[in-house]
Amino acid sequence: MALFEAKNVTKQYGDHLALDNVSISVPEQCIYGLLGPNGAGKTTLIRIINQITGPDSGELFLNGKKLMPSDVQLIGYLPEERGLYKKMKVGEQALYFAQLKGLPKAEAMKRLRYWFKKLDITDWWGKKVEELSKGMAQKVQFVTTILHEPKLLIFDEPFTGFDPLNTKVIKDEILFLRERGATIIFSTHNMESVEELCDNITLIDKAKTLLEGSVHEIRSKWAANEYDLIFGGNVNFEGNGNYSILKQHTDNNRSIIRLKTTSEISTNDILQTAIKSGNIISFNPALPSMNEIFIRVVENRN
Amino acid sequence: MNKISVIIKREYVTRVRKKSFIIMTLLAPILMAAIFTVPTLIMMNQSGEFKKIAVVEDNSTLFKDVIKNTKDAEFVYLENTKVDDIKKTFEKSGYYGILYISPELVNTPNAVYLISKNQPPIGLLQYIENSLKKEIERQKLLAYKIENLDDIMKNVETSVSVQTKKLDEFGVEKGTSTGISMALAYLLGFLMYMLVFIFGAQVMRGVIEEKTSRVVEVIISSVKPVQLMMGKIIGIALVGLTQFLIWIFLTVGLITVLKTTLLPKTGMSEITQSMPQNMMSGNQQVEGSVKTVEMSPQALEFSKMFDSAMNQPWGLIIVCFVFYFITGYLLYASVFAAIGSAVDNETETQQFMLPVTIPIILGLMVAMGTMQNPESSLSFWCSMIPLTSPIVMMARIPFGVPGWQIGVSMVIMLISFAAFVWMAAKVYRTGILMYGKKTSWKEMWKWLRYSG
Repeated sequence: MALFEAKNVTKQYGDHLALDNVSISVPEQCIYGLLGPNGAGKTTLIRIINQITGPDSGELFLNGKKLMPSDVQLIGYLPEERGLYKKMKVGEQALYFAQLKGLPKAEAMKRLRYWFKKLDITDWWGKKVEELSKGMAQKVQFVTTILHEPKLLIFDEPFTGFDPLNTKVIKDEILFLRERGATIIFSTHNMESVEELCDNITLIDKAKTLLEGSVHEIRSKWAANEYDLIFGGNVNFEGNGNYSILKQHTDNNRSIIRLKTTSEISTNDILQTAIKSGNIISFNPALPSMNEIFIRVVENRN
Repeated sequence: MNKISVIIKREYVTRVRKKSFIIMTLLAPILMAAIFTVPTLIMMNQSGEFKKIAVVEDNSTLFKDVIKNTKDAEFVYLENTKVDDIKKTFEKSGYYGILYISPELVNTPNAVYLISKNQPPIGLLQYIENSLKKEIERQKLLAYKIENLDDIMKNVETSVSVQTKKLDEFGVEKGTSTGISMALAYLLGFLMYMLVFIFGAQVMRGVIEEKTSRVVEVIISSVKPVQLMMGKIIGIALVGLTQFLIWIFLTVGLITVLKTTLLPKTGMSEITQSMPQNMMSGNQQVEGSVKTVEMSPQALEFSKMFDSAMNQPWGLIIVCFVFYFITGYLLYASVFAAIGSAVDNETETQQFMLPVTIPIILGLMVAMGTMQNPESSLSFWCSMIPLTSPIVMMARIPFGVPGWQIGVSMVIMLISFAAFVWMAAKVYRTGILMYGKKTSWKEMWKWLRYSG
């Protein structure tokens, strides 16, 4: 069952149509990617989910029930435009946000201690935010987002400002939260992390949904019968009526070949031909990266 | 509701803990106490310094020993001395000043000079003027050769001081003083202006801070924008009230301490104590000590002021002040919050500030005018219009305002305060999420009509 659903959501700001009949369905314990170029309407959709603004038309469901104002307790949101009170102390501030989410003080303190320890920021508890590095502040922000253990987490560009080490820490925490039962909506321009983390995605451009589905399905669909074949040594592999060679080059004493099947031929048939040509190191379907798909989909549309 | 209280608490605690708040809260009463006390101190101490004044006439003894010594000035009459001679030795002589009286004085009122190094106190000048005037009058009367002149003079001597009384609705007369009403009107109007402006501007700065630090979107995913706005407005109002109460306590405390320690002999308490018997015994006590004679006009004045201050409608004033402060502050603070939400930094607020500042300044100006003419139609209308009424009405109340006018003004205030908060909340809700765009009035008008 879908944990969260948006049905036919439309939102207009003056003359500007921000969302045009957009629907998404986020399965439980899924990491759901919300993709799209700048100004596509992602942030508007996220704000509608967070009930910061209301849709002009369309319906929203959480756990199968209509989304209610009190449901903000069940949602954790890390906005792209995020910040902390600069003059306030880290600990106090984290506590403040927890209380705004309805956590009692004692419980909030207990959880904060746990998370500050886990993310190794306990020493910063009494410091003012302006003394923190950007990465540190981001970590504090991450903690305040997840502290009330929401069922639905929404991260808008969560990795900006993190070094690779901290990016990994946060990625692991996101996966850990999913294990513990959270469902995550994840908006980013970083397509690598989409491939790595997301189960499903929706691609929005100019207020409309262009692409929707599981990452694997989408990539397979866009693969368009292409395969990567790698031989050891210098091998000259030639096409036949069943497949054509798209490109071929040698690198590091390996021959790398991209081929495209042109008829209904099984991969076994290709391999049988290939075995005769040389020593096969690998044979993979050539899945396009999400990056390529993103660019192609958005460019096709224009 | 619970979340609003969390916000109010944060807004309150972070501000009250600030060094600038603590310093201002402690410093202002000291300044206020100084404003109240120093003039009194100066007045009292002016007479404290003993002055020796040389009195010189040109070839005449017309005014010899006319000016009697007082407890803080001695007049030394120098016969056969030229002004120029004294001037030469002035530095060494130890005289405070030289009073030169020309014989022409009888006919030419300004033929008298007081030459001194420092500006002489007004009291001293008045004393000299009075003494000379009386003497000239006496001499002129003498020229008519009236018998028993001295007795007649004593009998004729009178003093007049107009007492003002106000009829209240029960027909009971109450002693009032226009001075006190004016002072009170000024104080109330100005206080209202300061509170609304200072704390309203704080609300605006708070909103801008939240917007520029990008903390606002995190918060409004937990609470409604209106809750955040109202929490901030109420939190800052409480900061203002706290500061205000501390100021009153500290100022009153400081003044009391200063009055009792620095002015032990001539303090107000003594004046009030000596006052009733003075007033009751009337003329009989004239032959009392010099000091009491000197004190009695002051004491009389003070008793009048005291009486008048007590007769002000304090209950009404306090109720109205609290009402107009709360509604006026909420009205302006919500406008300030809306402005803060519409801009990206404080410098951009200028274009929006002017239309908000004008009614406040206008209110203050009308309030000042109210002191001259409390019944004017300008004052009346400005005490009805919600943007100026908190200031103008507070300035009018010490002069007496019909109940229905206060009622109507309050109702208008309540309605418009609700309307302003509602509109401000709409602008605020959209504004806080808008970045990098120069906002215009037209833009804000559009935001007003966006759906939730």
